[in-house]
Amino acid sequence: MSAGTAQPAAISTASRRPRLRVPGAVQGLLAVIALLALLELVTAVGLLPERHFPLVSNDLKTLFDQLSESSFWSAVGETLHAWAIGFAIAAVLGIVLGILIGASEELFAATRVVIEFLRPIPSVALIPLAVLVYGTGIKSAVFLAAFAALWPILVQAIYGVRDVDPVALDTARAFGFGRFQRMRYVMFPSAVAYVVTGLRIASSTAIILVVTAELVIGAPGLGKEINLAQSGNDLELMYALIIATGLLGWALNVAFTWIERRTLHWHPSQRPTEGS
Amino acid sequence: MLLEVTGLNKTYGQGPGATEAVHNLTFGVQESEFACIVGPSGCGKTTLLRCLAGLLPATRGEVTLRGQRVDRTPDDMALVFQEYSRSLFPWMTVRENVAFPLKRKKHSKAKVKELVDRSLTAVRLDQFADHYPWQLSGGMQQRVAIARALAYEPAILLMDEPFASLDAQTRADLEDLTLQLRTEFGVTIVFVTHDIDEAVYLADRVIALTQRPTQVQEILDIPLPRQRDQLTTKELPEFTQLRAHVYRLIKRPDEVSGRQQPSALTRA
Amino acid sequence: MSLSLSRRRAFLLALEIGTPILVVVLWYALSANSTSFYFPPLSRMLDSFKDNWLFARFSSDVIPSLVRLILGYVISVAVAVPFGVLLGLSPTARRATSPIVEFLRAIPAPALIPFGIVVMGIGNTMKIFIIVMVCVWPIMLNTIDGIRAVDPQLIDTAKAYRTGTWDRLRYVILPAAMPQIFAGMRTSLSLAVILMVISEMVASTNGIGYFVLQSQRTFAIPDMWSGIILLGLLGFGLNVLFGIFESRALAWHRGARSAAR
Repeated sequence: MSAGTAQPAAISTASRRPRLRVPGAVQGLLAVIALLALLELVTAVGLLPERHFPLVSNDLKTLFDQLSESSFWSAVGETLHAWAIGFAIAAVLGIVLGILIGASEELFAATRVVIEFLRPIPSVALIPLAVLVYGTGIKSAVFLAAFAALWPILVQAIYGVRDVDPVALDTARAFGFGRFQRMRYVMFPSAVAYVVTGLRIASSTAIILVVTAELVIGAPGLGKEINLAQSGNDLELMYALIIATGLLGWALNVAFTWIERRTLHWHPSQRPTEGS
Repeated sequence: MLLEVTGLNKTYGQGPGATEAVHNLTFGVQESEFACIVGPSGCGKTTLLRCLAGLLPATRGEVTLRGQRVDRTPDDMALVFQEYSRSLFPWMTVRENVAFPLKRKKHSKAKVKELVDRSLTAVRLDQFADHYPWQLSGGMQQRVAIARALAYEPAILLMDEPFASLDAQTRADLEDLTLQLRTEFGVTIVFVTHDIDEAVYLADRVIALTQRPTQVQEILDIPLPRQRDQLTTKELPEFTQLRAHVYRLIKRPDEVSGRQQPSALTRA
Repeated sequence: MSLSLSRRRAFLLALEIGTPILVVVLWYALSANSTSFYFPPLSRMLDSFKDNWLFARFSSDVIPSLVRLILGYVISVAVAVPFGVLLGLSPTARRATSPIVEFLRAIPAPALIPFGIVVMGIGNTMKIFIIVMVCVWPIMLNTIDGIRAVDPQLIDTAKAYRTGTWDRLRYVILPAAMPQIFAGMRTSLSLAVILMVISEMVASTNGIGYFVLQSQRTFAIPDMWSGIILLGLLGFGLNVLFGIFESRALAWHRGARSAAR
């Protein structure tokens, strides 16, 4: 009964208010253009001091010029390099440890408090230690990124393994699935849902920590370039690099959200909540 | 007539993709009547009920309560939904849930307390006023929803398959409770169900609907004694006959298309 | 059966309490004779913890840090929840702002510090701005999701009883979205600590982050460690406080969830 009405109900709002339907992406694009135009206007008429806010068009032009500079691309490469290694270390450690801890009551009990204590420690507190032990190069950035990114993956993996629906496990057992098969067909898919989400969170944590390391301790990469641009008072370059860093973070986000959608198409969290 | 439905049509969407959920409905419900709307699964009962309550605008036709057109839920109408767990607010206690709709009625505190206490006692939940809904069983939760509707002092109560997600024994208890409350509070009830037994057992009048696009198939009086009982009423030959007739209307409409009805029982 | 079960439970509890104690004791014992410059004995770290934080530097470094943290966090919540509600209720507003929101929240926050320094200098305003720039997104996005996921039947119920728009928002929609709003607030709390530390490390004249980095630069290693330990305790303590606050505010939610199992 309700199943029959739920879907058409969503269509009805559209039919009741017939209007020109602009696709969401176009609306978003229009809003971006409007915002940029507005910023351009306020800087042009001097509402925002030009000393601090160069024309937006100049920032974008600088960014565009940067795209043909090899130094820009090597900075992007260094940032991504540190991100990738740190993230990979965190992913391997987090998934392996998480599955081991999640699958064993004893290990879970033994590690729970320690993990709960270590997890909220702000990873950036370790920056001075990283400098002492690993110097000011890429190693420090990798260490910080790996340390910070480990926790979301580890915790998600532990809870993913532990949160397997007992009914699903019993069903598998009742149909005579062995221990290994139960792990492969029941525990694994259910834990994957959690791990993939953990990986997405960890990816943005890792990029934050890499940029922080570059900014604070001068590891090579975009963060260091931003710092140099600021201290050299080249504001257009500074803004261009900030935008570039944002775009990089955004691209990583999009990629991981896409992976999450693809992997978890069956999961309740991925079902559309809106009809349109 | 208290509630009148005239030429009601509800179509979702437009053009070739449109779905007609309700084709054309005309019927009325009298003061202090118990009317059951029964129809085959997926015949648009919930759509109809949402139109009756003014939660969904009709495409054509209209619903009036005491001659006033219903375009949002009228002041003296209350609703009980099927999914009690989704219509009670989990962050409010039982008492707060029942009192919540009274907020805008600007009653005095004492009056609110009196209304809440009275309706909770009526559904025999006065001991559970300070529990949260999720601490109660399904049947008890639905009783909270009924108490909430009663405290609102409606002239008419719309119930949308209220007992469909309960087990058979709880359902029988709640059916009898509903009959009792109807006498005690003197409220008119429009009760939507897909359960033919339930419809015949509860109703003064059964409004049988057709498949989609929905129309009224037949309206029939239920001349059973007013005092009903799960055992003795259901053993009456009239009950069996009426039940069979409604069953044919709903499940095998072709057999009764010639309108060969037990004429003594029917008033179209 | 039940005896072995309760013995097993006691064993697990002992593990849960015992392991952390064991870790600390082992650390203390094994580091006692440490001659490593970078990893001094735990006892020395604790000594300098006592010297620095109980309470010599409390008002000069801890208080400024906490003020930035709390102001930044409170402003974030106050900004993010109303906007989240607005965007959650309006699909058009949501579609229009989504690319901007997605971009702003994807900027790795530290990259904004140089911008903050240019525009606002190195004072508290800049640090609070940086904290807000980061903390609003998780709260806002969770609020949007929470509002969108409110069961339509709850809203129908409120409508059927003619609850006004404001009451519907206040008593029905917001409480229903509250668990998700809290989830966002929890994420943002740890981000706030992180950004407080970073902003103090990059440009400051006081604060815990500043102290830790200064200690490292002057090779006052036990001092540095004492700062790291303090930050750890701060992060952990805030998390615990938030947990208590959350379990009070959302007692109904935990109950409803365990009842549904």
